[in-house]
Amino acid sequence: MTIHTPTTEAQACAVVASVAANGTPVTIRGGGTRTGLGRPTQVVSTISSAGLTGITLYEPSEMVIGARAGTPLAEIQRTLADRGQMLPFEPMDHRALLGTEGEPTIGAVAAGNISGPRRINAGAARDSLIGIRLINGRGEAIKSGGRVMKNVTGLDLVKLVSGAHGTLGFLTEVTFRVLPAPECVVTLVWPGLADEAAVALLSAALGSPFEPMAAAHLPAGIGADQARTLLRLENFASSIAYRADALGELLSQYGRPERIEGAASQELWHSVRDARFFAGSHEAVWRLSLAPTKGPRATAAIMQALPQARWFYDWGGGLVWLAVPADEDAGAAAIRTAIRSLGGHATLVRAPHAVRAVVPVFEPLAEPLMRVTAGIKNSFDPAGIFEPGRMYAGI
Amino acid sequence: MSAIAFPAPRADILARRDAIIAGLAGLVAPEALITSDDERRPYETDALTAYRRMPLAVVLPSTTQEVAAVLRYCGEQGVPVVPRGAGTSLAGGAIPQEDAVVIGVSKMNRILEINYANRAARVQAGVTNLAVTGAVMSEGFFYAPDPSSQLACSIGGNIGMNSGGAHCLKYGVTTNNVLGVTLVMLDGSIVEIGGAHLDAPGLDLLGLIVGSEGQLGIVTEATVRILRSAEGARPVLFGFPSSEQAGAAVAAIIGAGIIPVAMEFMDKPAIEICEAFAKAGYPMDVEALLIIEVEGSDAEMDAQLARIVAIAREHGVKTVKESKSAMETAAIWKGRKSAFGATGRIADYICMDGTIPTGQLPFVLQRMAEIVKGYGLRVANVFHAGDGNLHPLILYNCNDPVEARKAEDAGNDILKLCVEVGGCLTGEHGVGIEKRDLMRVQFNEADLNQQMRVRAVFDGEWLLNPAKVFPLDGRVAA
Repeated sequence: MTIHTPTTEAQACAVVASVAANGTPVTIRGGGTRTGLGRPTQVVSTISSAGLTGITLYEPSEMVIGARAGTPLAEIQRTLADRGQMLPFEPMDHRALLGTEGEPTIGAVAAGNISGPRRINAGAARDSLIGIRLINGRGEAIKSGGRVMKNVTGLDLVKLVSGAHGTLGFLTEVTFRVLPAPECVVTLVWPGLADEAAVALLSAALGSPFEPMAAAHLPAGIGADQARTLLRLENFASSIAYRADALGELLSQYGRPERIEGAASQELWHSVRDARFFAGSHEAVWRLSLAPTKGPRATAAIMQALPQARWFYDWGGGLVWLAVPADEDAGAAAIRTAIRSLGGHATLVRAPHAVRAVVPVFEPLAEPLMRVTAGIKNSFDPAGIFEPGRMYAGI
Repeated sequence: MSAIAFPAPRADILARRDAIIAGLAGLVAPEALITSDDERRPYETDALTAYRRMPLAVVLPSTTQEVAAVLRYCGEQGVPVVPRGAGTSLAGGAIPQEDAVVIGVSKMNRILEINYANRAARVQAGVTNLAVTGAVMSEGFFYAPDPSSQLACSIGGNIGMNSGGAHCLKYGVTTNNVLGVTLVMLDGSIVEIGGAHLDAPGLDLLGLIVGSEGQLGIVTEATVRILRSAEGARPVLFGFPSSEQAGAAVAAIIGAGIIPVAMEFMDKPAIEICEAFAKAGYPMDVEALLIIEVEGSDAEMDAQLARIVAIAREHGVKTVKESKSAMETAAIWKGRKSAFGATGRIADYICMDGTIPTGQLPFVLQRMAEIVKGYGLRVANVFHAGDGNLHPLILYNCNDPVEARKAEDAGNDILKLCVEVGGCLTGEHGVGIEKRDLMRVQFNEADLNQQMRVRAVFDGEWLLNPAKVFPLDGRVAA
């Protein structure tokens, strides 16, 4: 397979224009750690962002960083950490879950709208992404947004591209707003709660003035024998001490929490962020997005149909990571039926190639929205060259 | 004054007015259809009052189904539609045209559901911004985006323009606080995008709809995030001998890892105007004022303020005045939030809305003063210092056409300056008609064409709010 590795935006335009002229499908590759996301595609060439690297803008006092799409995420995070800052949305690392190797890139984080536990409070990648440069399917370099965090000029193509998984174009440069890294981080852990009670605890905490920055529940058997309900506080040290006590008091009916800090806290949240509890298994893995209090109802209903299912909750109960046997439709029909009445949706994150080829990986859309999706795809990529079928069959 | 052009009304539509009105009358209740001159007049303009056009008719539906019926009819008949929330747009986003039907959502003003455990509220599009907070305040919650017009402006309008406010430094703007919408498309289809969950499936259509200025459809309901209020909030006034020092203090505060919930800047002319109106106790002997608000428990606010005061002192702060009571807090914010209204008491003004990288602040303030002086006018500056969103108020006399023209030219020069230094034309008010003809300063042809191609997916005939956002020439239909 041909791999194109443009080193300038102009080269990238030329590559796309030539691919479009042939009308042959192409996949976009950053570090290759998330290639298993979405539906399998049939492509004849690859455009790699490996030749487009380097931070192009970093103004700590303006809380903004820009980089070429192929810049390793680790380089961005290191650069920010040196100045006491961080990406607000805590992007997930898919390598453990998907069994991939390589170096995640900042472009893929933008293209996949890749977020983590702090999303519940600080927003998703798409909320922090303030500017993009993109080569559309006509081979035109276009920009949307910019480098300032308040910008409502024109249609917000930034958000449309974030989470489009490369189906709308090839990102060459992305700009994010950043936040100061907290002085102090503490995780409170309540042991032994059932799912309903745990989510009630998380809702009470997230509805308190004490601003938990992450809120998860790990049922018994997920990483430990006993269930663990987690709240993460991030702040100045003096505030943490006060808020941890205040939350303990507010939630006293659930028992006394244990406090963990430092490497132990970080390790635990990395496991939540990266769904490492399901790493290395042969199960299919789903990601369910629901109103938080509906998380336990969804898992209870799914359990009826798929008794081997395992799961845990992030985002206060609103994100359910679910592992089920990978045979047949990987539980798609049962899962989507169970959550239909609850108003959420399910995405198949990990499954064998053959399953992803026949099961809709992303939740099927209502007909008018499917029509709009196809129209938008066509408006960016009239020849249909970028990742055809990655999100929806025929689009 | 008529510097901004409107498309010529289509004679064939004007000629069919009676038939169109009869068609509309069959779709909505009689009281929802407004056709007389007197009753249409309030819909001629919005908060950009220098421009006005009498619409063909005004429809005020009560249900999503009525909106769908009217949109489908207008789509079939090829009649332009101008969606309207509360009509408070400063950019002219709701100004109609003679051949257009205005669809206003003001009668759809019910709060449908509040769920504190899920921290979400479902509201109709005509609910005012402040009414959302009002509905959840008793439980200690609030809706975060807080545009200055929040008493009057509607959630539908906020979604149309992706409105911001003084507190978005910490809490984000509308697009960060909307979870789902019911959208009526031009063909009358009613679609649900998102919901009470955090991520919608598929392409981020919600992110596209928010801020699309009524060009893609009409939002009739929305699910918004509601947040628990902090235990307390305290604004503090910091008076500086120069704008440069105030700007440097803002950068240093952020550099120290502190994100106050709001950091608002006023220059001397703005201080004088607002103090005369609100009697908030603003210091009068300084060149620049920062209102910095912190949140938390009393002890937390004390600790955070101690850090901020120390930084301000390093940057030569002259006056530090803390709010000591709820009344003082209210007065401090009243002064800031009524800045536009207070300015209107002493002169006509146009309010600009560009954003700049905050590092460019001293340079931009100096250049703006020179630009406005060059036109023989005065300017008062209020802006969101943490995020660089400027609101220069250019003062002029609207009864003097020459001066009015100069004010618009000065405003355009300022917005070009914002783009030149790496910023943008509009941070929170939207493009509307006001900044439409400057879009090519910020975007090139390929950028704009891509946006217009996306627009065409929803409205290939340019019927939805057609005079807005994109320059009238060079429009792309697909």
